Amino acid sequence: MSILVDKNSRVVVQGITGRSGLFHALQCREYGTGVVAGVTPGKGGIHIEGIPVFNTVAEAVKYTEANVSMIFVPPPGAADAIMEAIDTGIALAVCITEGIPIRDMVPVKAVLQGSTTRLIGPNCPGIITPGACKVGIMPGHIHMPGKIGVISRSGTLTYEAVKQLTDAGLGQSTCIGIGGDPIIGMNFIDVLTLFNQDPDTEAVFMIGEIGGGAEEAAAEWIRANMKKPVAAFIAGVTAPPGKRMGHAGAIITGGKGKAADKIRTLQECGVVVSTSPTRMGEAMQEALGKAQL
Amino acid sequence: MNIHEYQAKEILSSYGIPIPRGLVALTSDQVERAAKMMGGRCVVKAQIYAGGRGKAGGVRLIHHPEEAQEYAKELFGRSLVTRQTGPQGLKVRRILVEEAVEIAREFYLSITLDRESSRYILIASAEGGMDIEEVAAKSPEKILTLTVDPFTGLRPYQARKIALALGLTGTICEDCVELILNLYKVCQEKDCTLIEINPLVVTKAGWLMAMDAKITFDENAVFRHREYPDMVDYSQLDPLEINAAKYDLAYIKLAGTIGCLVNGAGLAMATLDVLKESGGEPANFLDVGGGATREKVAEAFRIILQDSDVKGIFVNIFGGIMRCDVIAQGIIEAAGAVGCTLPIVVRMDGSQVEEGKRLLLQSGLNIQVGTSLGDGAAKIVQMLAQGGR
Repeated sequence: MSILVDKNSRVVVQGITGRSGLFHALQCREYGTGVVAGVTPGKGGIHIEGIPVFNTVAEAVKYTEANVSMIFVPPPGAADAIMEAIDTGIALAVCITEGIPIRDMVPVKAVLQGSTTRLIGPNCPGIITPGACKVGIMPGHIHMPGKIGVISRSGTLTYEAVKQLTDAGLGQSTCIGIGGDPIIGMNFIDVLTLFNQDPDTEAVFMIGEIGGGAEEAAAEWIRANMKKPVAAFIAGVTAPPGKRMGHAGAIITGGKGKAADKIRTLQECGVVVSTSPTRMGEAMQEALGKAQL
Repeated sequence: MNIHEYQAKEILSSYGIPIPRGLVALTSDQVERAAKMMGGRCVVKAQIYAGGRGKAGGVRLIHHPEEAQEYAKELFGRSLVTRQTGPQGLKVRRILVEEAVEIAREFYLSITLDRESSRYILIASAEGGMDIEEVAAKSPEKILTLTVDPFTGLRPYQARKIALALGLTGTICEDCVELILNLYKVCQEKDCTLIEINPLVVTKAGWLMAMDAKITFDENAVFRHREYPDMVDYSQLDPLEINAAKYDLAYIKLAGTIGCLVNGAGLAMATLDVLKESGGEPANFLDVGGGATREKVAEAFRIILQDSDVKGIFVNIFGGIMRCDVIAQGIIEAAGAVGCTLPIVVRMDGSQVEEGKRLLLQSGLNIQVGTSLGDGAAKIVQMLAQGGR
């Protein structure tokens, strides 16, 4: 029915006593998510809106059997908060925080690679399995339970895509915003792998944007491995060349990053690409139609 | 976040990396005096936030102080257009005057983030002083790379491997090892997303020296580097972009006439795409961010209205964590405060959307409401085509 989160997910919110941490913890709970604990160092022992607060993630996991962490810790402490979650061996950490320095994320990524924890984000809207579990800041009401898996690097553009899918009668199995930062946890391929294995996901919609080479890598993976139809949209077709990252960065990406190149590569790999952000729902229908032929 | 070459060199120097003797000048008289102090023969370098200065005529070897003054007058009087500046170029407000150094060999050296491995990567080449992208394209075998393990850091033996591969031997090789380790230290301690020495030279006298340097800071790390904001040269930035940055708004000036106010970078890019598809030309990219407050939206609106090219405004807000009634109030306040009569199309979706629309339509402003992304874009293009009604 979904990947990574469902009705049985037990969520601990790191940074629950902060303004947005508490606001979204309650929004998620209202959606039906099992929000079982909060963590704020120094505030362990209190209850906030009926949710027990612990000093550490380890305590929260021990007493509440939380298996998903949603992180709202501000940038200076966010990388440490992710590492703390990884250290408990929690199955999934979802980091919403925007603005974590790169130097802090490099060791987080290295720790992550030797662990069993999966990380979504940072700088992302989170993950939602419509009708079952929302771990993030997305508006729940635009989603509809169904069979389309959604992956995106963007936040609000994902909402736009989901709304178009819902309006077209295409419900979603799970929607994941993997985050817009240069260093993130799960990438397109990690999520595509899970959707490919999920018996209740029939097709995937993917939202990319200019910069980096993640969409191209995903396209090649889709050609080689994906058993389900995929449609996509790439934002930034008309974006100006703008301020470049500098020489060295451009070498490493080897000229990758332009929207036109990403679109061409995706199409070559059998993905239906929506040429306009107003026709994302139609592109998904087209991909589904092709698959039935 | 960019800084000037001379600032980057000051940082390198404070970490023990040798740089040429130099002085920064703000007037052509200062340039002349600096040239005298360098002994007459010197290098005069325009300081702008872009590369490609040499080919654009922004760097010159000078033989007499008077020549330096003449050249400085010319530089201060114009904008320098390089392949990185765009056609309008960048104004020269500061000039670096440096001792002329006899160069024996040139190298390229940089540290940056490699997105694919999520690690810092050291890049070196014996083809120094050249456009490194060209080297990478034409002869990739001449580029050396080394991925740094975040837990061990950069080790001396690894730096030595690079120095030897560059063809350095003896004491210069060991000097280069120390320089590479110091470069990594700068990168870490100063939170650089790019630190580049091009060229790194061996002088005829046998010294290693950073002849040109570029540093880009990670803007997300400002909270632990209170010195960053003081290093910014605002003459190098678009005034509207400076204003936007104060309110933590991502704003980029574009060439068209439709001002755009969007929440979220991806949706903002998609909005530009839709406007163009509908036959409109966006005047800017502006992302107010996911958690923007009413004050932020109002400020974003003011920034858009300061751009005299703007003939109409398209607001596209998909409220995830933003409430549409709050956005509507921000728009009404900002437009009211500046007496805005321009046509505005607002497309909102998300929470409190009906209340937001009601506020807008009752505001007395020249506003239409778009029902979808495509509808909103079509409406603003149409309103402009009909002379703003």
